[in-house]
Amino acid sequence: MAEPRDSETVGNARSRPGGAPDARGMFGSFGGRFVPESLVAACATLEEAFLDAWADEGYRGELDSILRSYGGRPTPVTDCERVSDDLGVRVILKREDLAHTGSHKINNVVGQALLAKRMGKSRLIAETGAGQHGVATATAAAMFGMDCTVYMGEIDTRRQELNVFRMELLGAQVCPVSSGSQTLKDAVNEALRDWVASVEGTHYCIGSVMGPHPFPFIVRQLQSVIGEESRRQCRELLEGKDPDFVVACVGGGSNAAGTFAGFLDTSSRLIGVEAAGGAALTSGMPGVLHGMKSQILQDEFGQILEASSISAGLDYPGVGPEHAYLAEIGRADYVTAQDDEVLAAFEYLAKREGIIPALESAHAVAWVIREAGRLLPDGSTVLLTLSGRGDKDVAQVRDLMNATR
Amino acid sequence: MKDEFDSLAGGSSSGDQGGRELGELEESLRSRCSEGKKLLIPYVTAGMCAEWVEIVLALEAGGADAIEIGIPFSDPMMDGPVIQRASAKALLRGTTPVGVLGELARASLSVPVVVMTYYNLVLHMGHYRMAHELRAAGVSGVIIADLPLEELGPWSSESDGLGIATVLMVAPTTTPQRAAAICKRSQGFVYCVSRMGVTGEQGTLGSAAASLAKRIKGLTDMPVCIGIGVSSAKQAVEACQEADGVVVGSSLVRRVLEGEGTAGVEAFIGEMRRALDSI
Ligand SMILES: Cc1ncc(COP(=O)(O)O)c(C=O)c1O
Repeated sequence: MAEPRDSETVGNARSRPGGAPDARGMFGSFGGRFVPESLVAACATLEEAFLDAWADEGYRGELDSILRSYGGRPTPVTDCERVSDDLGVRVILKREDLAHTGSHKINNVVGQALLAKRMGKSRLIAETGAGQHGVATATAAAMFGMDCTVYMGEIDTRRQELNVFRMELLGAQVCPVSSGSQTLKDAVNEALRDWVASVEGTHYCIGSVMGPHPFPFIVRQLQSVIGEESRRQCRELLEGKDPDFVVACVGGGSNAAGTFAGFLDTSSRLIGVEAAGGAALTSGMPGVLHGMKSQILQDEFGQILEASSISAGLDYPGVGPEHAYLAEIGRADYVTAQDDEVLAAFEYLAKREGIIPALESAHAVAWVIREAGRLLPDGSTVLLTLSGRGDKDVAQVRDLMNATR
Repeated sequence: MKDEFDSLAGGSSSGDQGGRELGELEESLRSRCSEGKKLLIPYVTAGMCAEWVEIVLALEAGGADAIEIGIPFSDPMMDGPVIQRASAKALLRGTTPVGVLGELARASLSVPVVVMTYYNLVLHMGHYRMAHELRAAGVSGVIIADLPLEELGPWSSESDGLGIATVLMVAPTTTPQRAAAICKRSQGFVYCVSRMGVTGEQGTLGSAAASLAKRIKGLTDMPVCIGIGVSSAKQAVEACQEADGVVVGSSLVRRVLEGEGTAGVEAFIGEMRRALDSI
């Protein structure tokens, strides 16, 4: 694994793009550790353990080896000729859909499970929306012989029945969450509540670049393998050049943060695509949720709003603080895609390239299709992270198509 | 661990007492303590039912020394099922921060009111405006569950000048160094979290609670109260073997959720009062 550039130390006076957050865990004015006193010590211990592990060749080597022999890394990039012919821009897909369990989530969970083991913890807990992160965590727990509890909004357990079964098959216990809006944000609350009471033997394996410091930093570092590989692979394809645009979908923002990490110091333009119904960076305002300060969807009193789109994996009312920072300093741009164009993109990529994308990833595809020849000049090159595969979504898409035809 | 606490104790309590200005909340609580009383601080979620203000008045009548009022937040990560349910009901009823503070102002309680809430509601309204709204409503203290010591600055620079006490928590996992810093910075009283966990009732009060209170008493001359999970008069008495008082939340809120009106609530708090007074 390539050495991430200068990100081993936390506690610089000021954060900068691609670097570690500052001593308070801030990326610019976002991030931090806004947790009840009961969790402060746990976060501090985790920060220390991660910095120690990340600097340790033993940990990094073991992680790398598991990701190769078990996780399917490195994932390939695919130069999509038909799509490129259609759109007039060269589209290169980073194929996280080919990783084990079908998405980039495996990069994060293997790293965190290995860290938990190193910290002497025997139980993993996680939140999940669509179930992808829950399945990935259950997978890592099975492989490492750890107990696993996954919190999932009750509504989501009904929407994603098969993923509930998958997690159970992998030996995890799935706890439906019936409080609040009964979706992802409530699952995060419940996982945090579990963690307050269980910190001694339990690691909270958070699913994206969100939560209190050090979680956004840990998950970004673990996902940066996407960006490091992509950069190398793009240079091979593009005769040493970087792509003009780097595009990824954003829920909490982990596949995007991992991808961007490889290109922050290049001249590539970075684009994050949120679901129009869950666009914290477009429609949110600064707030504090789940232990972090970030852009948050909220009402006129500061109560948190629900996000809602075609893809449960993007239905989060907040976003990772590093993205709020990259938006603030103008290093990355954040845009949205609507449900109908996402469905069209889902079908288009299946028919044109024989790749069924996850609905989450189809947001990035939809934006590229819409903006080809507009924001994306003819002849430009685009790296698009296809964060996951769409097998989990086919039943839902079938129903949606039947309903509209 | 214990030794470390002991060695920190000398430094902080010697310098503290003389110059420090006692706020309104601490002064009121201290005067109770100096009468030999243990502090009884019940918690209720504002807006959880139509008659919540009457409930608060009943708590005062039942012998509360101060009352903690929760301003409901959509995502109360420090709260267990009972207070989650109360918060959700309150929000469904259209409860808002400004509305709650208006009702509190009109209720004109004679005991101090401590507002408990989550940081996003403060941030959203703005530190300056929230501090002034609290002051206007006659609130004398505030607990912001997810605002740790390190992030206190922007809030306390508005609240300190208005004499609103920001009460800080210590947990069983708080390191001795940090506990000393928290004791120095807390105002009104120091809130000891009885156990690692969210709010909610429990069958027995763990031994961690009393031993934490004892260690904290060694670090500060401020009143020290135990909260989270204090569920019965018996547990309140147990907690007050070491602590100066207790905060009682879920066991009370559950009674209100189950429809016990003002009489039931007053009786429940009255029983705790008598138990604490007979220590
Ligand atoms: C395939 C896929 N892509 C993207 C996401 C969104 O997460 P993130 O923004 O953290 O990459 C999810 C979340 O469930 C997912 O399953």
